[in-house]
Amino acid sequence: MSDITSQSLFELTSNVKEKKLSSGEITKAFIDRAEKSKKLNVYVTDNFEKAIDQSKKFDSNPNFDLKLPGIPIAVKDLFCTNGVRTTAGSKILDNFVPTYESTVTQNLWSQGAILLGKLNCDEFAMGSSNETSFFGNVQNPVGENLVPGGSSGGSSAAVAANLTPVTIGTDTGGSIRQPASFTGTVGLKPTYGSCSRYGIVAFASSLDQAGPMTKNVRDCSMLLEVISSFDQKDSTSIDYKRNCYSKELSKDIKGKKIGIPKEYRVDNMPDEIEQLWKNGISHAKDCGAEIIDISLPHTNYALPTYYIVAPAEASSNLARYDGVKYGFRSPGQNLIEMYEKTRSEGFGDEVKRRIMIGTYVLSSGYYDAYYLKAQKVRKLIKKDFDDAFSKVDAILTPSTPSSAFKIGEKTNDPVSMYLNDIFTVPINLAGLPGISIPAGKDKNNYPLGLQVIGKPFDEQNILNISYALEDKINFKNDISDWWLSE
Amino acid sequence: MSKNSEYLIERENKQYEVIIGLEVHAQVTSVSKLFSQSSTKFGAEPNTQVSLVDAAFPGMLPVINEFCIEQAIKTGIGLKAKINKKSVFDRKNYFYADLPQGYQISQYKYPIVGEGKVILDMPNGQKEIGIERLHLEQDAGKSIHDIDPNNTLVDLNRSGVALMEIVSKPDLRSPDEVNVYIKKLRSIMRYLGTCDGNMQEGSLRADVNVSVRLKGETEFGTRCEIKNVNSIKFMQMAITSEANRQIDLLEEGKEIDQETRLFDTKRNETRSMRSKEDAHDYRYFPDPDLLPLEISQELIEKIKSDIPELPDEKKKRFIDKFNLSPYEATILVSDIETSNFFEEVIKNSDVKLATNWITGELFAVLNEKNLEISQSPVSAKNLSKLINLIKDGTISGKIAKTVFEQMIDGDQDPLIIVKEKGLKQESDPKAIEELINKVIENNSDKVAEYKSGKDKLFGFFVGQAMKESKGKGNPQLINKILKEKLNG
Repeated sequence: MSDITSQSLFELTSNVKEKKLSSGEITKAFIDRAEKSKKLNVYVTDNFEKAIDQSKKFDSNPNFDLKLPGIPIAVKDLFCTNGVRTTAGSKILDNFVPTYESTVTQNLWSQGAILLGKLNCDEFAMGSSNETSFFGNVQNPVGENLVPGGSSGGSSAAVAANLTPVTIGTDTGGSIRQPASFTGTVGLKPTYGSCSRYGIVAFASSLDQAGPMTKNVRDCSMLLEVISSFDQKDSTSIDYKRNCYSKELSKDIKGKKIGIPKEYRVDNMPDEIEQLWKNGISHAKDCGAEIIDISLPHTNYALPTYYIVAPAEASSNLARYDGVKYGFRSPGQNLIEMYEKTRSEGFGDEVKRRIMIGTYVLSSGYYDAYYLKAQKVRKLIKKDFDDAFSKVDAILTPSTPSSAFKIGEKTNDPVSMYLNDIFTVPINLAGLPGISIPAGKDKNNYPLGLQVIGKPFDEQNILNISYALEDKINFKNDISDWWLSE
Repeated sequence: MSKNSEYLIERENKQYEVIIGLEVHAQVTSVSKLFSQSSTKFGAEPNTQVSLVDAAFPGMLPVINEFCIEQAIKTGIGLKAKINKKSVFDRKNYFYADLPQGYQISQYKYPIVGEGKVILDMPNGQKEIGIERLHLEQDAGKSIHDIDPNNTLVDLNRSGVALMEIVSKPDLRSPDEVNVYIKKLRSIMRYLGTCDGNMQEGSLRADVNVSVRLKGETEFGTRCEIKNVNSIKFMQMAITSEANRQIDLLEEGKEIDQETRLFDTKRNETRSMRSKEDAHDYRYFPDPDLLPLEISQELIEKIKSDIPELPDEKKKRFIDKFNLSPYEATILVSDIETSNFFEEVIKNSDVKLATNWITGELFAVLNEKNLEISQSPVSAKNLSKLINLIKDGTISGKIAKTVFEQMIDGDQDPLIIVKEKGLKQESDPKAIEELINKVIENNSDKVAEYKSGKDKLFGFFVGQAMKESKGKGNPQLINKILKEKLNG
């Protein structure tokens, strides 16, 4: 048997069910490794003591019918967890301990999983490098001083570094898929309305969606099966019949029509990315898929549209962090002064930048020119995909325009940072499911990902295509454990 | 409306007309809040009716209370308004300590109810007031500034309670019309059970828009909005004071600034709260946590079929069926409890007498004791018994008043009072004749005077006979027999 922490979720659950491993052994193994991996800074808050207790409890009365029997899992610190501090990577929630549980994490615990801890992320999920977190950078296990992507950077690093078997992140414009791409892991953003947003600290409500982040596609299907559920507590949750994704997982994609959108060949795209995409196309062909050139004509407008819609919603969603009810408060002589000091000191620069952009685009006199127009363009982008999906079953694109960059490299250039999301934001704007799978490496040996985009609620199809491609690509992450301390 | 009843404010040969529009905030009668399951009960300990949603905890999401939607539709139907099959909840963004989300969920461009109307019964006829729209929104919490010397305290019990904002067209022209309008609106909603209309508990408040113009002008003047006035009396005072302030400005050749003002009830004047320049930019946008609200024709029809008889229809029925005057009918239907009481009384008794007794004696007692008709000390059942005693001649109207006074004390049965106190009317002609003979005997001098032409003395004999009967003599019989005796 291979080292516990390097096992996939599938292997671990099998080993637990076959009584080859106990929850206690597994939990302890991940905790031991975490203790030696502080340099990566993946944890904002650990839950190790309680996790040990819970694993013992599981072992004393195990239920092997559960889908995640005694499996310890760390989650992004955007999910509210009952009794465990939830910060959203922000000083303003530094001391916040929820008395309630998000639906998505509750689904994990209901299937036997155990909370290992809360993983670092960009502040309020705003960022593409995990550098906006109040709790500091996260190191990408792929290489020292490399960003793990963002906003689910602690999550992607934790999976890649074998610090959690799987994790869940949230994706508003690419926050699951881009970090997955940067760390050589798998990340899926489900269809909007699949996973409940109840109890997830909101960034942009019409775009936010939780999703699985895993080592491979099979684990991804197993985790999606657990977290995707209809929830009456979220008015945007959709009641539809969800597949048993892991059971129906299949590499047979013969005859599937896969679209290649010409607009994703952006200017200055590195040759490596172009090559990665070509390889992906040829693998798909090898699997018997039919490749069809398609057009998504409004792709160019997706990023500017996203950077109006998301900040607009965020500016309103973050108004509740005012120092009155919970979280950080900086005292003032009067209400206005208290607000100003609390929010100036409590929020970081990127969050403030987006609150200002959002406030601006919603202001009277600018609303029509920005917010309303962005909503119209959003409809056109959605229509692009609707049209494309009348011809194809799925769309294949690169996940990101580059591999992981150095910490600090883009912090002073927000626009170049925003460009990281160029291939992922259209999918959020259209509410579609998208998955990033590791597909190759660049000249520095850093991982690169391919993205498979599906029709609404067609997660099974993109999982199957990814499963087939994963097999052909046979990607091996080359991680040397350089950060481990004794 | 006839010329002489117009409400005009005079200044040196000039007459100013006052234009008023109201934004009424009516609390929806419902057990739980608009987007959460917390209780809406009034008067609970501070912050005991607050859910995680109401306090805007991270990750909390609003879920619409369908009952509140039905209540809004019901009210819309009561206002004879258009129900919009698709409406949208928007966020109205502003910071305040008692607004936990940092925005109020409201409806901006697409309200649930569109144009409708309310008919006012004014002393000189009916007047129609247009309704612009009705939309649903959340109430805020309450900031309390006077408990702690150094801090403002916040009570979130009210945070998230459902309100209907009912916006009138600028059709109101006087404080009297405002009074009748508010009462009519309140009456309609109480009939429907959609708002209890309790102004003391803040279930009904209004923002009052006031502008003035010279009589005969057709353009509207610049308006000012007086925020959050919570009684009809204060609304009327605020309108009068604000209209005069605006006229004074115009008379001095000054301009009126469009602004939001507050009414200072102690000083009976409005003062500026914020100018147009300082007006909040609420940055309305559709709430992405809520899908557009879609209402089926089926639901509308179902609610329509449950709509009770409303004041206007009831009034018409009372006039047509019971032959009441429009004035009497208006009074009796103004409040659903009153009309119910009336209909209960007339089930077993005379309509005319019931009308007079309810609008006369009963209302006087309620006024005096400051009671609602639902708290009436005399039940409908006992009042109808009393009316029947008058009707069948058992007691006179005069005796009935004595009996009624006693009934008030613990809703006593009038039959028992009449029996115990021996107040039954004397209607035996023999007995009446006997006592009249006695009166004539004892007053022979007056009889002579009467016979010599002093007709006025007839009243004296009636009084004497009544006195002799200890007030119980049947007045009609006394009259009749006296006339026979004296004239015969």
